[in-house]
Amino acid sequence: MRLQYPTDIKIILLPCTGKLDVLHILHAFEKGADGVYAVGCMEGDCHYNSGNLRARKRVEQAQHILDTIGIGGERVQMYNLSSSEGPRFAQIAVEMDERIKKLGPNPIKRAKNRAA
Amino acid sequence: MIVADKKPIEEIIEEIKAHDKILILGCNECVTVCEAGGKKEVGVLASALRMYFLNQGRNVKIDEVTLERQCDHEYLEEIRDRMDQYDAVVSLACGVGVQFMAEKYHNTPVYPGVNTCFLGATEKRGLWTERCQACGQCILASTGGICPVSRCAKRLLNGPCGGSVRGSCEINKEIDCAWQLIVDRLKALNRLDDYEKVCSLKDWSFDRAGGPRKVVREDVQQ
Repeated sequence: MRLQYPTDIKIILLPCTGKLDVLHILHAFEKGADGVYAVGCMEGDCHYNSGNLRARKRVEQAQHILDTIGIGGERVQMYNLSSSEGPRFAQIAVEMDERIKKLGPNPIKRAKNRAA
Repeated sequence: MIVADKKPIEEIIEEIKAHDKILILGCNECVTVCEAGGKKEVGVLASALRMYFLNQGRNVKIDEVTLERQCDHEYLEEIRDRMDQYDAVVSLACGVGVQFMAEKYHNTPVYPGVNTCFLGATEKRGLWTERCQACGQCILASTGGICPVSRCAKRLLNGPCGGSVRGSCEINKEIDCAWQLIVDRLKALNRLDDYEKVCSLKDWSFDRAGGPRKVVREDVQQ
């Protein structure tokens, strides 16, 4: 399809979004990521039954923690789509890219620069 | 096991905000099983605190260690050589571990990172329920293995009160009446005669009413 999507997104492959942990998300922010989003299969279509449902709960936990510590929970999102939805994948990437650009850089990155 | 629940991060931040070098100390036992204070919870809390303080413009050292147990001298000794690096510890162990830690390293303030709730069991992941109140004199032999001390709101020892309605407790319909469970169980065991036996007054001095308790076993002491 040769679809275009923003180049500032780094894709990390997981065997299933059920592998995603709150710690992975938090560590990404600690290391300076401006946003993180998980792209799982459609709800009800998980090959491991509940991996994507677990991922959603973990994303919500991470959102709560990031809100609490002042980083902003809206920097983390969960999306569900099927593997045949390439255009939707590209559309989500654009949507997330715009959302993060609106929010600005991760404040941790700026704090680290100030401290250095 | 001892069941605990995580304290809100805001509450922990409020307690420790005056410190600059903090150790987050987890426990590999009960609090790991109830997902409140094991290695993963230590990692999550430490990461959140590091980001919080950095965002506040403060350079606070936050380290993570998870011990096999915090209620045994030998495991707490494992951190002795690094304790001088910290001016505070957040212990994610149960209240026992927090206190043992505080007794052992009495120059370093120790803050609890969890609320210790009860002695209970894992019904399913994310659901833990109370099963024992450590009353010191177990009567489970005569109640079909169901404890009226921990599971009856009134701790009744000789049958249900008038608030037992269709198998539920009057304080909450979602709570089973312990005595209904006991009667059903004794019936299934064909031991309903046990229900007729009057349980005499329980000696509550073995419970908390007798003050802090101890178990002394000279046969195993060294």
